[in-house]
Amino acid sequence: MTTAPDAASPLAALARRPGPLTAAQNSLTLAWRSVLKIQTNPEDLFGLLLQPIMYLILFTYVFGGAIVGGTRQYLQYSLPGILVLSVVFATLGTGMMLSQDVATGVFDRFRALPIARWSPLAGAILGDMVRYVISVAVTLGFGMLLGFRIQASPLAAALGCLLVLTFALALCWMSALIGMLVKSAQAVQLYGFLIMFPLVFGSNILTSQQSMPGWLQAFVKVNPVTYLTEAERALLTGGPAAAAVERSLLWALGIFVVFAPLAVAAYRRRS
Amino acid sequence: MAEASYAIETRGLVKRFGKTTALAGVDLTARPGTVLGLLGPNGAGKTTAVRILATLLRPDAGSAAVCGYDVLRDAHQVRQLIGLTGQYASVDEGLSGTNNLVMIGRLPGLGRAQSRARAAELLRRFELSDAAGRPAKGYSGGMRRRLDLAASLVGRPRVLYLDEPTTGLDPHSRNEVWGMIRRLVADGTTVLLTTQYLEEADQLAQHIAVIDHGQVIATDTPDALKAAAGWQVLEVTPVRRGDLGAVTRLVEGRLGEPAAVNPESGQVTIKVAGGAALREILRGLDDQSVELAEFALRRASLDEVFLALTGQQAQAPPQQTPAQQATDLNGSSR
Repeated sequence: MTTAPDAASPLAALARRPGPLTAAQNSLTLAWRSVLKIQTNPEDLFGLLLQPIMYLILFTYVFGGAIVGGTRQYLQYSLPGILVLSVVFATLGTGMMLSQDVATGVFDRFRALPIARWSPLAGAILGDMVRYVISVAVTLGFGMLLGFRIQASPLAAALGCLLVLTFALALCWMSALIGMLVKSAQAVQLYGFLIMFPLVFGSNILTSQQSMPGWLQAFVKVNPVTYLTEAERALLTGGPAAAAVERSLLWALGIFVVFAPLAVAAYRRRS
Repeated sequence: MAEASYAIETRGLVKRFGKTTALAGVDLTARPGTVLGLLGPNGAGKTTAVRILATLLRPDAGSAAVCGYDVLRDAHQVRQLIGLTGQYASVDEGLSGTNNLVMIGRLPGLGRAQSRARAAELLRRFELSDAAGRPAKGYSGGMRRRLDLAASLVGRPRVLYLDEPTTGLDPHSRNEVWGMIRRLVADGTTVLLTTQYLEEADQLAQHIAVIDHGQVIATDTPDALKAAAGWQVLEVTPVRRGDLGAVTRLVEGRLGEPAAVNPESGQVTIKVAGGAALREILRGLDDQSVELAEFALRRASLDEVFLALTGQQAQAPPQQTPAQQATDLNGSSR
């Protein structure tokens, strides 16, 4: 290869499109980037650690006495729900980060590189799994410090953690879609909360639905968060889990099948 | 290979955003190993053209090719050839300088060790070694710009798009960047440069395309553009400020053009179409015993040519002289 830019010879070797292996490598590199960003962003890490702790303390000691008459008893009931709540809210971070990447022009740099087109999305979501694992670990760890006891087998508990992570992996595609549709990270937070709040609190996370009015009970009964919470309760504190686990997985699959293609389409369109 | 005799080639490029036409049929060419300067006022369509050439935007009509590869059909190949820097390709604030560059190296498939070595080399070249481990969000504007430039060079691009690469840099860093661009071009890299500093285009570009309202209104070498303007500029500075009025009356009378007076420098500037009137002006000044500190004829600057080309149909009042327009340009573009 000479320095003379006659443009003909070295260009013949250019690849026509990235192969699947390259695409997987691209995604892993971009996941590594997301993980590095958690390290260098103390606010994000702080929020990730502190939010579950805050929820646990508030819900256990504010509502605990009123709802079941004892904080210890209530913690056994509420922790699986708080686990779900922490992870569901943490998925908002995915959309916020993506919209930030679009706004700052980082995504433009990626799109001008010879990499698989969808790898920035896949990489961001893969990297965010680390955030969800942190969220789960802090909720369980601090909960046990407050007196929560796992009453099911360790295997069941591990499955419980896997289940909530699987659900997060599906739900964060919805967050990604919001991130691709709105203009700023603040807007992601606003719209995200508008969707997540009814989903999270219109459920059996904090109390059973018996005391709720009929229309709300109807919503609670179809809410995926309800099934996920039921499944977590069964897997962490014992009880029949199979039906709730199955329903949760179906919901996760449904959410993924709907929102992942939409998010990818929105990402491609945003140019 | 006829189609690859240009490193950059666009034909009849059209892009509309809703009712606005950003590009209305743009033809650009750049031979390998040269710098093409893209000049134009804000909103002229420079950014749109670069974004299309960088495969970030689809044209509505026309074609664009990089080293013979079409930006739509062969986008992946084009991406293997280009480097992008400027307002629409940013560094990742949450990552350190090193990790920014390592990531850009790893993505197209450089090995870990290779990426690290390339990152270290570029950080050294851009004098960022001391800040290499710190997150980019703590960098100054100039450091960020240098990191952005370094990022665009990781993949050793054959075609480099530089969007206002020295805006916000101090003169020392600016000279460094200019030197770097010259070295890259000497090694065979082709550069598409957009800039608001015409001096920069004058210094670096072999060809300049002046673009306005989405159309190329002039394209040539900087010297030919200046010569084609067809006029020169006479600068007269009397020793005594008290003579400014007399000098102005005299040159305006002889040349039939409005003169511009700069009260701070005590200089009178005026457009000159030919050299014939100069002797008469000198004689007239001598008759009035005006002592001269300076009497100089120079070619129109690129700023003046640029404004003559784009400014007139825009909003510049017809009475303005080139010198005034140049001052306005400098004032409004910073």
